[in-house]
Formats: sequence, structure tokens, C-alpha cells
Amino acid sequence: MKKTAFLGALTVAGLTAGAASAATLDDVKARGNLICGVSTGLVGFATPDANGVWEGFDVDMCRAVAAAIFGDPMAVEFVPLTTQTRFTALSAGEIDLLSRNTTWTFSRDVDLKNDFVGVNYYDGQGFLVPKALGVSSAKDLDGATVCIQTGTTTELNLADFFRINNISYEPVPIETNAEGQQQYLAGACDTYTTDASGLAATRASFENPGDHILLPEIISKEPLGPLVRHGDNDWADVVRWTLNALITAEELGVTSANVEELAAAAGDNPEVNRLLGTEGELGAMLSLEPDWAKNAIMAGGNYGELFEKNIGENTPIGLARGLNAQWTEGGLLYSPPFR
Amino acid sequence: MSDTHAQTVSYVRETMLPETDPPVKERGAVKWIRENLFATWMDAILTVISLYIIYYVVSHVGPWFANGIWNAGSLSECREIRNATIGTDASAACFAVLSDRWQQLVFGFYPQEHYWRPVAALLVFLAGLAPVLFDGIPRKMLFVTAAAPFLMFMLLWGGPIWGPIVVGLGFVLGYLAFRALTPVSKLLSNLAALIVPLVFWMFLTGPIAGALSSIAPIGLEFVPSKDFGGFTLSIVIGVAGIILSLPLGILLALGRQSNLFIINKCSVAFIEVIRGVPLIVWLFTASLLLNYFLPPGTNFDLMLRVIIMVTLFSAAYIAEVIRGGLAALPKGQFEGADSLGLDYWQSMRLIVLPQALKISIPGIVNTFIGLFKDTTLVVFIGLFDPIGLSNAIRASTDWNGIYWELFVFIGLMFFIFCFSMGRYSLYLEKKLQREHR
Amino acid sequence: MSTMTDPPKPGFRLSQLIYDTRYRSLTIQTVALILIVSGLAWLVSNTVANLEALGKDFNFGFLSNSAGYDINQKPIEYSSQDTHARAAIVGILNTLIIALLGCVTATVLGVLAGVLRLSKNWIVSGLMAVYVEGFRNVPLLLWIILVFAIMSESMPQPREFRGDAPTASMAVFDSVAVTNRGIYIPSIEFTRSLSGNEAVASQEGLAPVATGWQDWALIIGVIIVSIYVIRLIRRRADRIQEATGVRPVTWWLQIGVFVVPLAIVAVLLGATIVQPYLKGFNFTEGVHLRNSLIALWLALSLYTGAFIAEIVRAGILAISKGQSEAAYALGLRPNRTMNLVILPQAMRVIIPPLISQFLNLTKNSSLAIAVGYMDVRATLGGITINQTGRELEGMLLLGGFYLLVSLLISSAMNFYNRSTQLMER
Repeated sequence: MKKTAFLGALTVAGLTAGAASAATLDDVKARGNLICGVSTGLVGFATPDANGVWEGFDVDMCRAVAAAIFGDPMAVEFVPLTTQTRFTALSAGEIDLLSRNTTWTFSRDVDLKNDFVGVNYYDGQGFLVPKALGVSSAKDLDGATVCIQTGTTTELNLADFFRINNISYEPVPIETNAEGQQQYLAGACDTYTTDASGLAATRASFENPGDHILLPEIISKEPLGPLVRHGDNDWADVVRWTLNALITAEELGVTSANVEELAAAAGDNPEVNRLLGTEGELGAMLSLEPDWAKNAIMAGGNYGELFEKNIGENTPIGLARGLNAQWTEGGLLYSPPFR
Repeated sequence: MSDTHAQTVSYVRETMLPETDPPVKERGAVKWIRENLFATWMDAILTVISLYIIYYVVSHVGPWFANGIWNAGSLSECREIRNATIGTDASAACFAVLSDRWQQLVFGFYPQEHYWRPVAALLVFLAGLAPVLFDGIPRKMLFVTAAAPFLMFMLLWGGPIWGPIVVGLGFVLGYLAFRALTPVSKLLSNLAALIVPLVFWMFLTGPIAGALSSIAPIGLEFVPSKDFGGFTLSIVIGVAGIILSLPLGILLALGRQSNLFIINKCSVAFIEVIRGVPLIVWLFTASLLLNYFLPPGTNFDLMLRVIIMVTLFSAAYIAEVIRGGLAALPKGQFEGADSLGLDYWQSMRLIVLPQALKISIPGIVNTFIGLFKDTTLVVFIGLFDPIGLSNAIRASTDWNGIYWELFVFIGLMFFIFCFSMGRYSLYLEKKLQREHR
Repeated sequence: MSTMTDPPKPGFRLSQLIYDTRYRSLTIQTVALILIVSGLAWLVSNTVANLEALGKDFNFGFLSNSAGYDINQKPIEYSSQDTHARAAIVGILNTLIIALLGCVTATVLGVLAGVLRLSKNWIVSGLMAVYVEGFRNVPLLLWIILVFAIMSESMPQPREFRGDAPTASMAVFDSVAVTNRGIYIPSIEFTRSLSGNEAVASQEGLAPVATGWQDWALIIGVIIVSIYVIRLIRRRADRIQEATGVRPVTWWLQIGVFVVPLAIVAVLLGATIVQPYLKGFNFTEGVHLRNSLIALWLALSLYTGAFIAEIVRAGILAISKGQSEAAYALGLRPNRTMNLVILPQAMRVIIPPLISQFLNLTKNSSLAIAVGYMDVRATLGGITINQTGRELEGMLLLGGFYLLVSLLISSAMNFYNRSTQLMER
């Protein structure tokens, strides 16, 4: 009987979230904050700091969406999710948006009823090996022991890769990236495989990063992106175009430093004007404020700024832009036009 | 008799010899060592092995511990300090991570200015427990026990104070209805005691509490469940699980003892199914499946779902403990109650349960220890218990790569909690044994 | 107050359903049944509605799809192209393996620690107390993680065995390699295997060997028959001893019955010891006890052993002191007193809680998740659910499996309890 009482008390205290209806945007607005699923801890992408404030590349994506809706990048509640629980949390409506270095695949999009709204990081699965091993290609890894995170696409890629090349391996499944790092450093596996970005981040934290190399082979395509529940196109549009706004902002040279100035009045560039809401009604079409994109960009900066701040070459992680450069600079980032 | 012979027999000594010390083998440290450590060959071998184990552990862990560095901002800083002061090869613990993050390990992301609240809640819990556990305390204190769950809830989650108060009012209403209708009909009064509070909670609690909080918005600042973490989370889940599972556990135990076929079989089935499946599977059920079982659209936070699952889980174990208590009660107690003409619930409430529960307390404490330790499993569904937090801390660039220090700290904390509770339950068992003689 | 005082009246009134104790129980049970059934129906209808809303269906067809992932420890043939069902079976076998290994070592450790904790030797009993309290009061998960980390940090890597001046070497006549990836021990294979598998030479210049379950079935069968014959011999010796007072010497016969048939079978099959050796990145051949297996095994045994130690200690203390004093008076030495007088009596107190510890150990083996041991929770309940998104079906199967194992173990316990109860006076 006390249980009922407890439930009742919790209901009163407002702990139960409202019913997850089809219109996520309305729910989010009514609730006053965005609930965003992130990793339980991945260097550079999502970690809580000493005060419990989340930071990282994936986290900033959530903050940009929150800023676009509310004008307040802090109006986000973060739900840490494991690889096991992430999709269920999304489909059950516990979170509005999953931004957790998740690979866009056919079955996840179609069978698991998710909607990937875009790609915020083009990744690929690589191998990290100690220099002392004397291996220069992943095809030399016949018989090697491979540390691998479970519950991800990486284990499927790995099985395929070794099968295609007709070489054998010994998988050592591990639960978290931190665990994998410890196992690899102790030499319990010859190579550690996961997304190349994760490998770079991991290597950066080693005592002697120079003793380890990334093998040239990238054995898979891993387009990582934010995703939402299937069947709510309005909400998917909000997230998709927030992401596109960040990318376009970089392309057009709109940064967190000059966005205020550019948004003050309509300027010469019509696309910048449309983006920042000084011209046209793009915001209203998304059921958002006219200055939604300005707020999203002010939250942490444009795509390039977020990248540099969290995982770029000046951070300990030190990732190069590579595929994630703008299409104008030889990368794959190519936002549809704002018009 | 001997003195008659003393003068006549020549080989009997006439004077006492001065007392001498016992031989070296039979006194002091040597005797103690010989008897306690080297009594037999087997003993000697075991002693030597034990000494070697102790030496091995101390020689490996000792320097690491003694060289511990407490003041540094990150692991690399720790390494620099070590290289500068001790040498690059020396093993040194980097306890700086604890000085930096201990608050997080204990309180999770609970707002810093409100740290006193979990502490106060723990004190309230202990105060509520005192009259149950110690005899010397006046019975009046039991009111504190009854109020403690609501107080703890208010302290931990905060929000307007009216919610818990109105919910508590439901119990009072139920009791009043029971008292009012008892002269009319026993059956009616029992039904009323059940239905009145339920109706009250379902339809009236929300509006009344809402109205009251809009009239008089008194209360502590609301802290959402997601801010709970570290040992606070473990303790909250463990304590909530045990407190909430007690009523259900008692009902299940009575059901299992009952000779009503259907009720008996249902209780047995529930208990066996819950006990037969590992907690981790239940936790995954809570995190992956519970939403399927509830009406479409309902949705509440993970911590609450975990508490519900843990409650059901520990109810099955508590039921077994209480069943043991019921079985240990002399049959005369049941028969005595029957002979007084008490009906089933009266005899249970007034005679059987108070005694059976008292015998069961050590078992309940042990169940709690087990549950408390098992709360570490919530890390696998993404809650930040101490182990989950250790993963999160290691994912920050500052402390990436740190390992043992965090686990040693967590292990030590758990040890202190569980060991002291274990000692307490042992003391209780001994006391109960004495009382039974 | 009591309803029994009224003389039963003929006929049946509706109020009897409530006021007559004979019928009231029926009423209560009917109400309870209706409540429970409607509660279950509510849950099921919710589930159906939710599944529909999510556009999912409820079927187990995914089990026959290709799994696509690899498993390192395979008691039966398995490759990434096999089905999810086969992956689940591999996981089930791995769970059973760890549970069996754990139960055996936990019992040995627990009995040892329990007896030693009662030792008069101050250091030994103190050490055992530290062990028991240390393991009982710290979560198992932490121990598993710690043991795993210690294993991988402190053992040598395979590459340290290589080269002209290796820093690590193999133990036990160069046949066992202890590495931080696990322990490699020699295996036994057969030049004339019954399995029909293709025989392969493990190293250049060695005879080609193969192995299959048929070989092992034959060997185990022979051992069982030998043990049965040995028991017959012992019983015959007992009879002769009772009749004549002289026990015939049979130890050579017993050893012979055990060894000779085994040796014959071994020679017929061409049993060969295959030693592990370093090839490429790792040791190959032999049996590879993986780090995850060893860490989980050790941690589970140590943890459960600590609980068993307490059970054993309590069991021994439950035997009255008169028993051991009487045994001493008969001139029995302490260890024989323990073996012949105390332990057999303590068994009755010890075994029921011991079996429930076995049950706990089996359930706790699901913590394999912490070290990546591929048990049934990791395959069926982990990767399969994750890759197919069939959490409802997968969790049902997983829960069903654990429930089945628990029910089997607890029915064994009930059987034992009943059989010991009969012996009580």
C-alpha cells in the first residue's frame, strides 16, 4: 500500500513526465526543457564535469536544439544511456532526441523505427595498435586478439572484415570505452577497434601517445548522427534544420562572435538573412521563433567552432577535420540550402 | 596424609624448593607462538603461507598507497609530481582524483548547496529506525517512524511539501474510516480502510495538493531524480526498496503460509519467479520493458522504475525471511490467538506479526545488505551509481586512465557500510537468542 | 464474534458467501483470482497496444536469422553466419560452464576457509576472517572488475614469451602459458579420433590429430563403468570384512580397474597431449582459458566461497562440543575428528543453504557483462537484443532460461531436504 502512496506522491511532485504524444515539439515546449539521450561517458563527445554539467560534441548538439527552441542552451536534461538502452529509451519516449555517437544504418532506421536526421560526424572503424607490434596493415592481424565494444555496429563490421579477408581473430568484448582502454594498455589485446574518432581520443589520453599508431584501414562507414522517433516529421525537421543551420553557419562564415551583429539587421547576403531570421519566415515554418538559428549558433558556435572546442586539433583529442570539413574544402559536410 | 610420612620416608623431600620460572618453551611469547602458530606441522606450514601472503600484499600495495598523491588537478599532473618527487618507476596512487571528485562520488549531481538534504534524510531514516531497533526508546517515537518515509521523500526530492502530506492524509483517512465503520460491520470497515485511501489517492490527492501548493507554496527546491548519483543513489534505491517492499513482503509471506489454494499458489509463483531470475535481468526489464507493460503514453523516470523493480525483487526475498520468522514462532501462539476468538487479521496484527517480525529483523538487515550491494548493477542501465560515476570520471580528459584509486575508494565505502550493518545484525541475532532462553 | 457458533442452517443464502467461513475462503479466492487475472490481462493488453503503437510485432522469427557477430568462447561450433538461436545456445552453455566451475571451486574454498577460520592458529584464522568479511561486504561487481584488472595488469603479455631473451616463460615443463589474455593449458587430442573430423597436425613434424564429442563420450563412459566396478569391489570387501573381520587388500585391484581400461582406450584412440605454443600474436593449440572466464570464475568462487565459509562455520559450530570431545576421547586426531565426526553431522545443516548459494552463484554469473564473458545474457540478452531490437522476446527467453535453471536447482534442494528429514528422529 505504501507503494501506491509513493507513486501518488511522485505524481504530485511532478516527477512523471507527461504522455508522449505524437507532437514532440509541443511536448518539449510545454515541458520547458529538452530531454536528450547521451553517452554515459565518452571523451570529447559527452562527459559530466566536476559540477555535473555535461559537455562534449554530442552534448553541444543537444544544447543547440534547446537554444533553437527556447533560446536557452541550458534548458536540456541529459539522460545517460548505454549502448543497450539507447534505442528503447528513444522509442519509449523517455528522451526527445538521441545524440549519442550513433551510426546511421538501414536496420536502425527502418526496422528499429528511428529517424536519423542527418550526420554530425563522419566516422569509420579503425584499429589502434602499439608501434612495437610491428603491424602496418589490418590485414596483418591474422590471429590477433581484438578488444571491441559490445552492442555497437563495430562488432558486426569486425566479423565481416575478418571474414572477407579470410583471417581469424579472437574478440574480447568489453562494456565501456574506459574498460577497453585499460585492457588495451595492459596488453590484453593486440589491437583496439572502434570508431576512429574514439581511437584518437583514447590515444590522446595515453601516457606515451607516440608509442601507438592508427592503422591506415578504415573498415567501415560510420555516419554518426542525432536521431528521433519515427513518425514525427515536425520534430525531426526541427532537429534536422538545427544541425543544418550549424553547418550552413560555418559555410557562410557566421560564428558565435559575429552572429549577434549579423542578426541585428538584414545584411547583404540573403541566405544569412534567411538563416538568422532577418528575412523570410523560416522560423515560423518550424513553429519556432524567427531567431531560432541565431540562438542555436550562439549556444556554442557553428559546426566548426563546436568541432574545434570539443574534439579539434587544439584539444587533447586532436582530431583533424578530414571528412568532416565543409564540402567547399573537400569534406562531406553539405547542408541543403536555406530557402 | 602425606605429613605422616614426611618424617618416616627418607626419599620424601622435607623442604620446599624455591619456585622456578617455567621453561622457556612454556612461557611468554614463545609459548604463545608455539601454541598458536606452530602447534603442528600443518599449522606451521599454514602460518608460513599466511605470513607470505600478508608480506606479498603489503609489499605490493604499501608503497603505492604510501606514495599517494593527494593534490593535483589531473592524472598527467599527478604523473609529473610523481616523476619529480619519487621517480618515474615508483608506483604511486593518484588520490587527487578523490579530493577532486569525492563529492560527486558521494552525492552525484545533487546541487551543492543542498548537500545537507541527503544527509538530513539519512538522519531522519536512522531516527525512524531507532524505535524499531532499540528497546530503550519510548514507543511514542514510532510516530517518527511512520512519518519518516514522507519526511525523507520531502528532503530528497523537495518540491512543495503538500504532496507527501496529502498522501499521508490518505492513510489517516483510511484509518478513520476503519474506526468509524467498525461498529457497523467488520467487513465494511475493512473494505473502507482499503478503498477510501485508494480513491483519495487516485482522484483527490493531485487536485488538493495542487490547490494547496498554489495557495501556500512552501517547500524545498525540487531536485529531479537525474541529479541523484553516487552513494546517495545507492542508498536511496536500497532504502526505498526495503521500506516499500516490507508491506508487500509481509502479504506474500502470509499468502505463502495461507491454506487458500489460489492465494498460496499465486504467492509461491510470484516469489519463485522473482527469485529465480537474476537482478540484472530485472533491471534490464525495468529499463527496456516496463514501458511496454504500462498504459500507452505513461512514462516515468528510470530511477523510479528501478525503485519499483527493486521493490518487487526484494519483496520476494523479504517474504522468505518473514516466512522463516513465522515458521520459527511456536504453534501455541497461533492457537492461543485462535482460542481468544480473534479473527485472522486480528491474530496476525496483534499476536503473530509483531513477534515474527522481531525475529526476522536480522534477516531483513541481511537482505538489505545484499540489496545495497546489488544496487551497483544499475550501472548497466546507465544510472550513475558509484561505479557508473567512476566510468564517467574516467571519461573526462583530466582523469582519463585512472583506475584503482576510484575502485579502492568505492570498495572501502561499501565495506564500511555493509560491515557495520552486518555486525549490527549479528548483535541482534545474539540478543534474540539470549531473550529466547 | 466467531461465526462457527451458529448451527449450520439448511439451504444456502447469498450472505453465507461472506459470513460463513466454509464459503468465505471460496469467495476470497474467487475475488483474488479475478483481480489477478484482470491485472495480468491489463498488462497484456497494454503490451499489445504499445507494440502496435511502435509498429512492432511479437514473434520469435529473429532467432533463425543470421547473427553476424563472433563469440570467442565456443563450446560448440559457431561462426558469425550462424543463427541467433545458435548464438543463444552457445551463451547458455557458457553460463552453465561458469556456473559449474564456480560451484565446485566455491565449495572447496568455502569449506577450507570455514574450517580454517575456526583454527586455533591466530594468523590463519585472522587471515580467513579478513577474507570472509572483505568479500562478503564489498559488491561482487567490484570484485569481478578488480580481479579482471589485476589479471590483465600483472600477467605477462604473449609477446614477452618471444625472442631470444624472453622475460616470461611457460610453467610446468613448458606446457602451461600464463598470460594476461588467459591461461593456455595442454589439450588431449586423438590420432585415431572417432569423430570423423579431419586430422590436422598442430605443429610441423607432429602426428595429425583431431577430436570430437564421440571420443570424450567413450572415455567418460569407460570411467563411469570403472567407478561402478570399483564400488562393487568395495562392497564385496565390506561384506567379507563384516563376515570374517578381515578386510581383503583391494587397492591394487581398484587402481587396476580404473587405470587399465582407460589406458587401453587412450592407446586405441591414439591420445596425444597437444601443447600450446606461440604463433603469431597469440598462443595456439591447447585449451585457452580466457581472462574473462578466469576473472569471473575466480571472483564468483571467492565471493560465494566467503558466504559458504560462514555457512560451514555455522554448521560446525552447530554440532555440540560433546561430539568432538567424545571423538578425542576415542583417540581420533583433530583432522580425523573433523572428517569422520563433525563434518558428516554438520552436512545436514550446511547443505540446504549451500545449495541456495549455488543458486545465487548461477544467477550472479550474469555479471559476466562486466568482463565480457559471453554468457547467455551477453549473447541472447545483449548483442542479439541490441542488433534485432527484439527486447520483449529476448528478455522473455532469457528470464525463462534462468527461471528453469533455478527451479531445477531448488527442486534438487527440496529433494535433499526431504531425504534428510526422513533420517531425523
